[in-house]
Amino acid sequence: MPRTPLEPRFTVDYLSILDSDGNLDSALEPDLSAAELKRLYRAMLLGRRLDERMVRLQRQGRIGTFAPIKGQEAAQLGSVCTLKPTDWTVPSFRETAVMLWRGWPIEKLLMTFAGRLEGTQPAPDQRDLPITIPVATQLPHAVGLAYAAQYRGDDVVVMAYFGDGATSEGDFHEALNFAGVWHVPVIFVCQNNQWAISVPLKKQTHSRTIAQKALAYGLPGIQVDGNDLLAVYAATKEAVDRAREGNGPTLIECVTYRLGVHTTADDPTKYRSEEEVREWERKDPLTRFAEYLRKKNLLQEGLEQEVDEEIAAAVKRFEAIAPPDPVSLFDHVYGEAPPELIAQREEAAARGNDGQAAAPGETEPPSPPMRGQRKTSRWRN
Amino acid sequence: MAKLNMVKALNLALLQEMERDEDVIVIGEDVGVDGGVFRVTEDLHRKFGNKRVIDSPLAEAAIIGTSVGMALYGLKPVCEIQFSGFAFQCFHQIENHAARYRMRSQGRFHCQMVVRMPYGGGVRALEHHSESEEQFYAHIPGLKMVIPSGPRNARGLLVAALRDPDPVIFFEHKALYHAAKEDVPDEIEAMPLGRAQVAREGRDLTLIAYGAMLRVAREAADTLAEEDGAECEVIDLLTVSPLDRETIVASVRKTGRALVVHEAPKSFGPGAEIAASIVEGAFLSLEAPIRRVTAYDVPFPGFARERTTVPDVGRVVTAARETLAY
Repeated sequence: MPRTPLEPRFTVDYLSILDSDGNLDSALEPDLSAAELKRLYRAMLLGRRLDERMVRLQRQGRIGTFAPIKGQEAAQLGSVCTLKPTDWTVPSFRETAVMLWRGWPIEKLLMTFAGRLEGTQPAPDQRDLPITIPVATQLPHAVGLAYAAQYRGDDVVVMAYFGDGATSEGDFHEALNFAGVWHVPVIFVCQNNQWAISVPLKKQTHSRTIAQKALAYGLPGIQVDGNDLLAVYAATKEAVDRAREGNGPTLIECVTYRLGVHTTADDPTKYRSEEEVREWERKDPLTRFAEYLRKKNLLQEGLEQEVDEEIAAAVKRFEAIAPPDPVSLFDHVYGEAPPELIAQREEAAARGNDGQAAAPGETEPPSPPMRGQRKTSRWRN
Repeated sequence: MAKLNMVKALNLALLQEMERDEDVIVIGEDVGVDGGVFRVTEDLHRKFGNKRVIDSPLAEAAIIGTSVGMALYGLKPVCEIQFSGFAFQCFHQIENHAARYRMRSQGRFHCQMVVRMPYGGGVRALEHHSESEEQFYAHIPGLKMVIPSGPRNARGLLVAALRDPDPVIFFEHKALYHAAKEDVPDEIEAMPLGRAQVAREGRDLTLIAYGAMLRVAREAADTLAEEDGAECEVIDLLTVSPLDRETIVASVRKTGRALVVHEAPKSFGPGAEIAASIVEGAFLSLEAPIRRVTAYDVPFPGFARERTTVPDVGRVVTAARETLAY
């Protein structure tokens, strides 16, 4: 018997609409109103300025380790802006811009990185999961949420975020497989920022693209210029519409770059060159989108100052928040605390407030900073 | 009232709770058309259909991971892991997420879900099909760990687990599935979690056991009564975690002697926690060192050698006699 091809040839598209030189493919330009464009630019700027502020807060010892998003604003906002408030987001731990767009208050994000679990408590009606730290483990949750929504007959799309490193994890593959078999309304948004801490993409996968991994699971996959908000928006809008109509999941690979550190405990000079970073700075999503708005005469004067003031006010509110009740750590272990836990709570309560409830930044641990962290006077005390 | 074995009793619990509550969903490998490799989910697929009884792809992490997502949405998934020895491939989803979502979200979310797993030896199976690994789950804050010992309490505990707002790991001993039939009431019966039962009253020695070891402890108590005239009190834990210290301590205060029997390896096993709780709560009543009769600290050795390691009546009687004579 002859050997015959079983499947037609697969294709994986690459989408770019506004390139780093400002060239626009007007045939592909999405139909976004002036108000939407302005709102998106403001959100990008807020994401960027907050990110920079948080690095400074960390260096000053006012918050702990966190993962900056600098360079990934277009990938995050171009995708999340396609959702309705009744849809769900499932973040990893580098989604500040997504979370701001979804309405997480800045002071809650700051609390999260100041070691306060109040920061990861969504509001009662908010349809967003808190950050997930073990890489890729949130992806099956997104599939389960989408399954449950479909089971109940709700009009819901779930958007899950992760990075290039996550695509090596089993949970990524299991999640795509389950999503394909169940045909549920979930969008997998991969922010391929080229580096999983110190490991570059070429050591992470032998696939030419991450998008093509979708094909093995029977899903559409597309690669987009992740620093081009218009391309991310167009690809995601298409995927969300498809999911909402009952036509199943999509994998979107946003090709972007982490311009900053992996986390504030990381020193990228150890593993990547200045030239590479400068090359990607030239493709900065923020300057590209600003230029696009300038040509449309939509750039608002004094926006940076307005955004900075919003951040400053939030930092002030964050720092005014009272320290936690030291024994509240027992409150959310079980729906109803078992006797042993009640006894342990009483023991902890009897110890009183002796050093258990330091205000954020007031008593930094005397441990040495991790590699790459700048020492501050606070640590030398 | 019907005479049911443990498989039928568990099946009845699932059937009645699914009839009562549309949010209860069954998911696992072969749980649908096949009714589960041990037939615990038999007929559920026929009655409730594909959407509520899900024959999932073969991936433990995604079975638990997607169930966490469903639970966050408000469904109440019952996941079957085909054998507890395969649960290490989903352990991270249990520890990182199912057990922690209440804490992480400060009460906004919780995972009302049950993870059923057949466990234990005595069924002549290949490697990874006979282990007792309850200690791993009992050690995790946020989880409950339940192990029934017979058809009626299996049904009552599974109903309670399905209604409990926190994630419950529910171990079912394979050797008990068809071991005995008991009268099980037709109407729904829920037994409280976190409560042990005194399975036999006595004044000389407290034997503490659960799951398939309950029968071993009971038979040892019979032998000791017949041959030595010693009256053992037998406690059936039913819930390993949270541990019912009160019942254990009250019994040992009365008997002054205690012996724990479990099929999990000895070191850092449930027996250690139980012994420590007895020392904390009944130190001045103790007449003898607390004994543990458990599996040895070896990987489960294959069924040709399992009788060496799984506790039997003879080992319990010998240890009990030493404790009584101390």
